[in-house]
Amino acid sequence: MAQLKCENLSLGYDGTEILSGLSFEVNRGDYLCIVGENGSGKTTLMKTILGLRQPLSGKVVFGDGLKKNSIGYLPQQTDVQKDFPASVWEIVLSGCQGGMGLRPFYNKEDKKLALENIEKMRLSDLKKRCYRELSGGQQQRVLLARALCATGDILLLDEPVAGLDPKVTAEMYEIISSLNRDYNTTIIMISHDIQAALRYAGKILHIGDRVFFGTKEEYLESEASQSFGKGGA
Amino acid sequence: MAEIITKVTTYLSYPFVQYALIVGVLIALCSSLLGVTLVLKRFSFIGDGLSHVAFGAMAIAAVLKLTNNMPLVLVITIICAVLLLRTGQNTKIKGDASIAMISVGALALGYLLMHVFEPSNNLSGDVCSTLFGSTSILTLSQLDVWLCIILSIIVVAVFILFYNKIFAVTFDENFARATGTRAGLYNLLIAVVIAVIIVLAMNLVGSLLISALVIFPALSAMRIFKSFKSVTICSAVLSVVCSLAGILISVACETPVGSTIVAVDIIVFFVFMILGKILTFKK
Repeated sequence: MAQLKCENLSLGYDGTEILSGLSFEVNRGDYLCIVGENGSGKTTLMKTILGLRQPLSGKVVFGDGLKKNSIGYLPQQTDVQKDFPASVWEIVLSGCQGGMGLRPFYNKEDKKLALENIEKMRLSDLKKRCYRELSGGQQQRVLLARALCATGDILLLDEPVAGLDPKVTAEMYEIISSLNRDYNTTIIMISHDIQAALRYAGKILHIGDRVFFGTKEEYLESEASQSFGKGGA
Repeated sequence: MAEIITKVTTYLSYPFVQYALIVGVLIALCSSLLGVTLVLKRFSFIGDGLSHVAFGAMAIAAVLKLTNNMPLVLVITIICAVLLLRTGQNTKIKGDASIAMISVGALALGYLLMHVFEPSNNLSGDVCSTLFGSTSILTLSQLDVWLCIILSIIVVAVFILFYNKIFAVTFDENFARATGTRAGLYNLLIAVVIAVIIVLAMNLVGSLLISALVIFPALSAMRIFKSFKSVTICSAVLSVVCSLAGILISVACETPVGSTIVAVDIIVFFVFMILGKILTFKK
């Protein structure tokens, strides 16, 4: 059974529909890239999958043992975070929050998990450092480690390389790929970078005027890629 | 100097000064705890806004000739706090604008009500003491002190129990929500606690100066410390020390309590700012 299934979704806000009749499914270990023009509803789709907003119609179904609150999420950075006084350790640990329910404090397992993910993201040296003093790439790795504390099953990434320089961007893609390859983590990523999407992803979801969902080989032959590819992406 | 010390020690033997010290320190402690969260959530002015709401509520209570206005003021302030903080990151009218609206609105309506109905003869005196804090901290009854102690214990306990959740919700509301933390609930909790603190603090510094109590310790601590925990602890300590110093100075020099505390807070802020600059420069 699919880990995540979207059935006939319609998305929009304030009563305006921006996307309708969207259906696709994601299986364990998939690497799906969501591409499309600005304003086509990529982030809205992701927020709907996460349950942060309600679809206008249709539904999102979880399967294959995936629970609603065991989704890892790497959001775009907010203004608040830019001058937030918090150590790397505190932020990564806060990823364990979802599974805690009303329990007020972190236990040994939470701390162990946080430590593992800090090592996995090669952040051990920065553990005590202040988040706002890190470079963009390091900050993204911190947020990724936090997302991994929430789950190792499925990660949703909203433009994880926005604002990073080419070298760090490549590193970031490599880390994400290795999570997918080595730990069988399902990846759903929003990207502006169509070249990278085609290089790393297994499946493509293109939304906008034309909707496409399929493997990247199929995508390359489809019409959706033609119109988007010429757009200078 | 010796004269001042004798004066202070004489005053300290009076129960009303002791009460003032206890209440002052507790309010300072409570207001500083959530200060860090509020500053980071861009809600620095919520103290100001809500205290004006409390002022408006007091005006209503005065017009209705209620003898005990505390319950009404508390309820109205809590409702407004909830309305302001409820929508958090995803609101349409942004935080600062909605706070400004509520704050100015409540202040104007409160003053208008008081003026139209003239519940007391000394209108400007009343308004002035509500806004800038009166000597009422020196006229606290034993009951007031106990109420303040109990509420403070509750506030501190709630803060410690929900510390990790408050951190998660403040740092990244969407992530917290997406991974199953009930962000709405905790925002509500923060709002209620803030409202309680503000109504408590109005006795001490008056509604205009509450913001100072909420934000100065947090901002000072943020100049130097780098983790959420150290910033929170430091701002609590700073807040307590500053109010203690402020109250003692005001007793010794016969200055208004609220303004003196804020003056001490401001001095400490500049000291920390300079220290922070020196520390980063050294690196």
